[in-house]
Amino acid sequence: MSNTETKTEPSDSLITTDVETESNDRTAPSHRTAVAARDLNVYYGDEQAIDDVSIEIPEKRVTALIGPSGCGKSTFLRCINRMNDMIEVCRVEGDVEFGGKNVYDADVDPVALRRKIGMVFQKPNPFPKSIRDNVAYGLKIQGFDGDVDARVEESLKSAALWDEVKDQLDSSGLDLSGGQQQRLCIARAIAPDPEVILMDEPTSALDPVAASKIEDLIDDLAEEYTVIIVTHNMQQAARISDRTAVFLTGGRLVEYDDTTKIFEDPEEQRVEDYITGKFG
Amino acid sequence: MTDSTESPDLQRRSGLTRLKEGTYGGFFAACAVITLLTTVAIIATLLSDAVMFFAEVPIREFLTSTSWSPNPRGGGQTFGIVALVIGTLTVTITAAFVALPVGTLTAIYLSEYATSNARSILKPLLEILAGIPTVVYGYFALVYVTPALKATMFPEMSTFNALSASLMVGIMTIPMVSSISEDAMSAVPDDLRQAGYGLGATKFEVSTGIVVPASISGIASSYILAVSRAIGETMIVVVAMGAQAQMPAVREGLLGVPYINPADTLLDSGMTITVAMVQIAGGDLTGGTIPYDAMFALGLTLFVVTLVMNVLSDIIAERYREEY
Repeated sequence: MSNTETKTEPSDSLITTDVETESNDRTAPSHRTAVAARDLNVYYGDEQAIDDVSIEIPEKRVTALIGPSGCGKSTFLRCINRMNDMIEVCRVEGDVEFGGKNVYDADVDPVALRRKIGMVFQKPNPFPKSIRDNVAYGLKIQGFDGDVDARVEESLKSAALWDEVKDQLDSSGLDLSGGQQQRLCIARAIAPDPEVILMDEPTSALDPVAASKIEDLIDDLAEEYTVIIVTHNMQQAARISDRTAVFLTGGRLVEYDDTTKIFEDPEEQRVEDYITGKFG
Repeated sequence: MTDSTESPDLQRRSGLTRLKEGTYGGFFAACAVITLLTTVAIIATLLSDAVMFFAEVPIREFLTSTSWSPNPRGGGQTFGIVALVIGTLTVTITAAFVALPVGTLTAIYLSEYATSNARSILKPLLEILAGIPTVVYGYFALVYVTPALKATMFPEMSTFNALSASLMVGIMTIPMVSSISEDAMSAVPDDLRQAGYGLGATKFEVSTGIVVPASISGIASSYILAVSRAIGETMIVVVAMGAQAQMPAVREGLLGVPYINPADTLLDSGMTITVAMVQIAGGDLTGGTIPYDAMFALGLTLFVVTLVMNVLSDIIAERYREEY
């Protein structure tokens, strides 16, 4: 029930949020819900990857999904933009709502959905095309009729890459270093102006310096976008996220709260054990 | 056997083991040398006999004369390759029009669209197509394709014609294009497809905008291999196209530019370079005569053309290689 209330229009939220925050305590953040899952179960063949997960992810915040390997956090991320559709054995039950609409409804086109939800992957995966064409790709397929070059520049600036590449926009995206490639991928994801950006361990293939640049960038991105990030790195989750969801083995969402609360005073003993490194 | 307390057995192997190892290496090297020697020998023969031919017939005449009649009976001998080149080009270009698009689209289907089940059935079927002896294609063209075309589209077509031969050559080379191109497309990392889908690309957009450009060097290589194969194809052409070197009428087009109406060559019989060689080899000519040497001049021409194509294919593959 809390969901319908938290999805109030922005104009009303000035008045209503406070009331709601009080009535629903912590579970209703003072931001509109961008993405929500309700009783979500995901199976790969006979194996259950997500076990009855319900969660509300706030708009324009960084939400981190953490947990040990194989806990279903990446699977959950890929449910949001239906990238799991491409896995033949994958079966999804329950709802994933984006802007109040269940993305698994029969009338939802996953292609249209993914145009609203950008994605950044674990390994930097620029296309073997020029830097410009990489960033412009999303615009091109979406039939963007504005000034492509301006949008490319804007996106590269938002991804903190413009100064490094502005003189070599026509050289291949693959000539860049790993960290630059990942920022190029972020620029590519934000160029079509999505509402949500999903990041699947975006820094795990990068060196610490490149990773910290991406972290700074994520912080900036949250001013305009809802960022949902899967990470193996708990310090990273603590540094960059506003909300943290802890998944544990079996695809269960064990605890979901403000990041400070999760890292300083988790409710669940298992979460504390995981965070302090007792297992995982 | 050494005692476990002693130092490990690091002693050099016995002479016999070493001899065996050496023999294996030598045997493998010998096999490699056989291939190499054969190639060198072929080139040497081609060159030496071609040189004898060009001592009798000037290269200029060979390359520019439009009349090919190597047999002395009934008039003079002429050795002009132009009509043969036109025959070869007709077959190659027409075959390419069939094989390249169909092969590429088949490869896209197999690599991007087909379910693993469909792929496991279709790929072996395509390999079978590649394994059919070419003489079968030739008879198929002569016995089925030509009558069908004659009955439906081209009533004036002659029984032996370039069109049905070319179509069959094209079909024969489809598997070559599709299988090499499919390998190249399958080698494109899934990361790139995921990136495309993640941006909201459709399957078609991912296939044509990401996968095909990323594998363009492999696709280009498959094209050149297929075209080389079409240039050298003999059996289909002998059976279905006939063996009459014909110079099509050269017409005068816009601004006096000469051109040849493709219909003239396609619907009529003709002769390719390879067929001219077969005809000479099948005759009762003995070594040392000019027509006999002409065979080697033709062979050399073909060899140079395919060599150039292969080098070109390497250059293209290198040039457009997209590392991913």
